[in-house]
Amino acid sequence: MSGFDTTQPAIFTPRSGPLSRTVDWVIRHPRMFVFLMVLPITLWLGIVYIGALIALLIQSFFSIDEFSGIVVREFTFKTYGELLRPYNLDIILRTVAMAASVTIAAAILAFPIAYFAARYAKGKWKALFYIGVMLPLWSSYLVKVYAWKLVLAKEGILTWLFAKLHLTWLLDGLLGLPVIGGNSLSVSYTGTFLVFLYIWLPYMIIPVQASLERVPGALLEAASDLGATPRQSFRMVLFPLALPGIIAGSIFTFSLTLGDYIVPQIVGNSRLFIGQAVYTQQGTAGNIPLAAAFTVVPIVIMGIYLWGARKMGAFDAL
Amino acid sequence: MTDAVTFRGVSRHFGTVKAVDEVDLAIRDGEFFAMLGPSGSGKTTCLRLIAGFEQPTAGRIEIFGERAEGVPPYLRNVNTVFQNYALFPHMNVLDNVAFGLRVKGVGRAERRRAAEESLALVELGGYGARRAGELSGGQRQRVALARALINKPRVVLLDEPLGALDLKLREQMQEELRKLQRALGLTFVFVTHDQDEALSMADRVAVFADGKIQQIGSSEDIYRRPASRFVADFVGSSNVVPADLAGVGGSGQWASLRPEDIVLDAVGREATVTGKFFHGRVTKLSLDIKGQSLTALIPAHQTTPEIGETTRVLWDPARAHLMEREA
Repeated sequence: MSGFDTTQPAIFTPRSGPLSRTVDWVIRHPRMFVFLMVLPITLWLGIVYIGALIALLIQSFFSIDEFSGIVVREFTFKTYGELLRPYNLDIILRTVAMAASVTIAAAILAFPIAYFAARYAKGKWKALFYIGVMLPLWSSYLVKVYAWKLVLAKEGILTWLFAKLHLTWLLDGLLGLPVIGGNSLSVSYTGTFLVFLYIWLPYMIIPVQASLERVPGALLEAASDLGATPRQSFRMVLFPLALPGIIAGSIFTFSLTLGDYIVPQIVGNSRLFIGQAVYTQQGTAGNIPLAAAFTVVPIVIMGIYLWGARKMGAFDAL
Repeated sequence: MTDAVTFRGVSRHFGTVKAVDEVDLAIRDGEFFAMLGPSGSGKTTCLRLIAGFEQPTAGRIEIFGERAEGVPPYLRNVNTVFQNYALFPHMNVLDNVAFGLRVKGVGRAERRRAAEESLALVELGGYGARRAGELSGGQRQRVALARALINKPRVVLLDEPLGALDLKLREQMQEELRKLQRALGLTFVFVTHDQDEALSMADRVAVFADGKIQQIGSSEDIYRRPASRFVADFVGSSNVVPADLAGVGGSGQWASLRPEDIVLDAVGREATVTGKFFHGRVTKLSLDIKGQSLTALIPAHQTTPEIGETTRVLWDPARAHLMEREA
């Protein structure tokens, strides 16, 4: 045969050098390879993250001496009892209601965008979609929140726009509503809601888009072929298959809203959210046990939420 | 009798691509109709036009005499067995099969009964509780069939349904599909690129190329009397040779000569063996007769000459077919 050197060995000589030899050895031992891959992250999660979480949990079972302000290191449920005081319970319910509304609105807004990206966008349109969704994440969170404060302010662009469109009555009507209304959008729950929605929306779009991408078009055709109207196809096929993505997205939007303490401080009325409560309790008030107990609340809520989602079969399609 | 499906001048263009180009077609009620062609020949688009997943850019489609253009899939009493089965991964087998009844609002008990019945029809009784992921390819295929049949459709469309199965299973499913179709008396429209499958299963075959139908006819018609060089070559890899060499016509015309019709015979023409491939049942010989290459299939029990040797071959000119068109 032309060009082939038959004097070449069939097996090449082993590589030399300590690093190459170690790499070759690890490649030959797949279990060791996997072990080395997961070791750093396991150490990080195990010691730093889980460890901190346990420390936090322990703190929440301590209490504070109301006279001296010193933490009493004795096991008690007293601090959790404090959480149930009307003032603190309001904070929890307010935060959960906000997180739930933001999550639901984000899911509703994200679905059509994600659907378009997953099913129709190709090539440069897909790139444009990713940039469009991710771009807001590249700029500072604080800048965005302050920008929104200006947009939503009484003298802001939204008020001006409503006036130009002769819709001032609509804005006034909205602001006149109990609970969600206020003096202006920037000092109302509606404003807080809008800013949260804007800031967390990408975290919903991306997982929903990923889950929709994995739904073969043939499944929707099959549903339609078998007689399902578009609405039935959505309800019985598309939505259940996208649910893991929606749940993944809602974990982000829900938990990020539960823990945030900056947005409600800048945009909204002066009533506290959990994050702000934690901030004041561990800072100015120096009540570490109560701050810890407040922090446990979102963790418990997320646990219950995930457990419920699993029970409902949200992860069956995974 | 009304035809099950008719196409009159049907086209489906995607921009400048003519996926289906002015196709005329009549599929008879109760027949097993195969659409055969290489990938990109328009056969699958034709199937999708019948299902309603695509709409024609021109022409007229009728299903049992009723106009179908613009009618969405869910308003057509036509069901499809998809290429990769398209079973719903979040449902068990029974719910997959019962889906067509569920969307029509049939009650749960009745749905279950009908789905069990449909599963029994494809010999999968008792598999209802399983997930699609737990089934083998052949079983998924049957579930897809049971699901398509539960709505009692007028036409069943099958898009390369056996493509993903291994050879043995495929042959078994071919027989079963054919039996089922006969027993139900339904119209089956079957898309395949496998000419063996098309010829052995179908009552009639339409051969597609470049968005057009090259020939429609019975399996034997297509095989014995190919209308064009493309059909002769695509179906059974025929030898397309000058008609005078084949002994059926004058110069300038072309004839199709089947490889199995060429026999080794001492009184025949002289031919040089340029290739030899043992296939088990037959040995394939590549021959050269005065610059014209030919393929011959020789039954395995005969001794065959080696590469480079000269041999003599013969054929009955009556077996050669003079083609109407060259292209």
